[in-house]
Amino acid sequence: MSYQTHTLKLEIAECTGCGQCLEVCPHAVFGREAQSKRVKLLHAERCMECGACMRNCAFGAVQVETGVGCAAALISGALNGTAPQCGCSGKKTGCC
Amino acid sequence: MKANVNQADQTGNEQDQGRLAEIPIVDAVFTFRDRFRHWGYRWGVGRMTAEVTPGLYRLGSPDAQSPVLVSANYRMSFDQLRRALVGRAVWILVLDTKGINVWCAAGKGTFGTEELVRRLDRDRLSDVVTHRKVIVPQLGAPGVAAHRVKQLSGFTVIWGPVHVRDLPDFLDRGEAAPEMRRVTFTFAERVVLAPMELRPAFLPLMGVGVAVALAVGWRSGAAFFLASISAPVAIPALHDALPGTWLSVKGVFWGLIASGMAAWAFSVSGWPLLALGLSVTAVSAFLGLNFTGSTTYTPVNGVKREMKGMLPGIISAAGLGLILWVVIAIRRFWA
Repeated sequence: MSYQTHTLKLEIAECTGCGQCLEVCPHAVFGREAQSKRVKLLHAERCMECGACMRNCAFGAVQVETGVGCAAALISGALNGTAPQCGCSGKKTGCC
Repeated sequence: MKANVNQADQTGNEQDQGRLAEIPIVDAVFTFRDRFRHWGYRWGVGRMTAEVTPGLYRLGSPDAQSPVLVSANYRMSFDQLRRALVGRAVWILVLDTKGINVWCAAGKGTFGTEELVRRLDRDRLSDVVTHRKVIVPQLGAPGVAAHRVKQLSGFTVIWGPVHVRDLPDFLDRGEAAPEMRRVTFTFAERVVLAPMELRPAFLPLMGVGVAVALAVGWRSGAAFFLASISAPVAIPALHDALPGTWLSVKGVFWGLIASGMAAWAFSVSGWPLLALGLSVTAVSAFLGLNFTGSTTYTPVNGVKREMKGMLPGIISAAGLGLILWVVIAIRRFWA
C-alpha cells in the first residue's frame, strides 16, 4: 500500500525529538534516530500527504504539500476551474 | 436517539445539576434501525443529511474526572463512537464538521484547531470536568494542531486510536499501542466502499450497454455492461491481488480479465471483441483511478502523477473503442 510519490521533507536541524509526528502519522513514516532522539524518515514512500505531521510540528521541521488524493475531485476541480471538489453524492457540500 | 431519564447525575453540587440537565444523554445501544440507516449511508441514501447536532453529550453517567472524546457530526462517525462505548461513562464533544467524517473534515480543516477551541469554550467544558484533557481521534490530526489547542484553550490533546474499535482498550491502558496508530485497508474495509463506487457508474454503463446492444447486438451489449459494471466491485475486492501500484493499472488488469471472461461467456469475437476489450479496459482503468479518493493511502501528488501518466491512454482507448463500436454498427446496417 504505497504510491511511492510524495513531497515530504524533514528539516532535521529543526527537530527537537518531541515525537508528535510519530504519534499522528497513520502510516508509520517516521522513526527515531538511535543516537540523538531526533526523528528520521523511515518509510517516506508510504506518505499519503495528509499533513498531520506538519500541522502538529510546533518547530516547523516537517514540510509536505497536502491535498485530496482523489482523482475525481482533481478532475472536477480542473473542469470547473476551481479547487478540487469533494462530493461523491453529487451535492455541492460533502466529501468522500 | 432516546434519552435515558433514569441515569443518575453524579457530578456534585446543585448548581451543576442545572448545567447537567442541559447536556443530552446518548444511548450506547445500537438498534436495528441504526444498523439499517448505516446500510443506507453505504449506498448513498441519506448520506449527505446524516448529521448530529454539534455540542456536548454524555454517555453513561460521566463525572468531573471522566474522559472527554471529540468527534465529528457525521451520524455514522458519532454512532460508531457511542456503539464502541457500551458500559462506559464518557463525555462526547461533537464538532460542527458539516456532517462530514473526521478524516475528510480534518483534511478540509473543518475538524480543526479553530472549531475545537471554539467548541471547548462555547460548551464550557471547563465547568463540567476538572481535568484539562481531550481525546481527539488520531485521524483528526491533519486539521488539529495539538500545541495550538493547548496555547489557545489550556486543554491538552491526547491522540486517540485510528479505529474506534480500539477505544475501550485505549481507555483502559491510557495510551495507544503502536498498531492502534496505523491506518489499514483490509478486505472488509474495502468492500463496504463498493456500493458508492457502483452507484454512480450503474446508469451510464447501462446506457452504453443498451446502445451497444441496439447498434451491434445484444451479446456485445450484455458483455460490455456486465464486464464494466464488475469493475467497481472487483477493484476494491481484489485490490491486493491485482498487479500494479497505481489503482488505474489494477483497473487495466481487471478490465482485460473481465472483458475476456465476458467475451467467452457471450461468444463475442473478431472486431467486436477488440471494441469490447478497449472500452471495458478504459472504463475499468478510469474507475480504478476514481477509487483513489476512497482509499486510505493515496497522496495527492501521487494521484496527479498517475493522472498525467494514465489519462491520455484511458481517453485514447475509450475513444478508439467508441469509434470501433460505431464502425461495426455502420457496417452492420449498411453492408
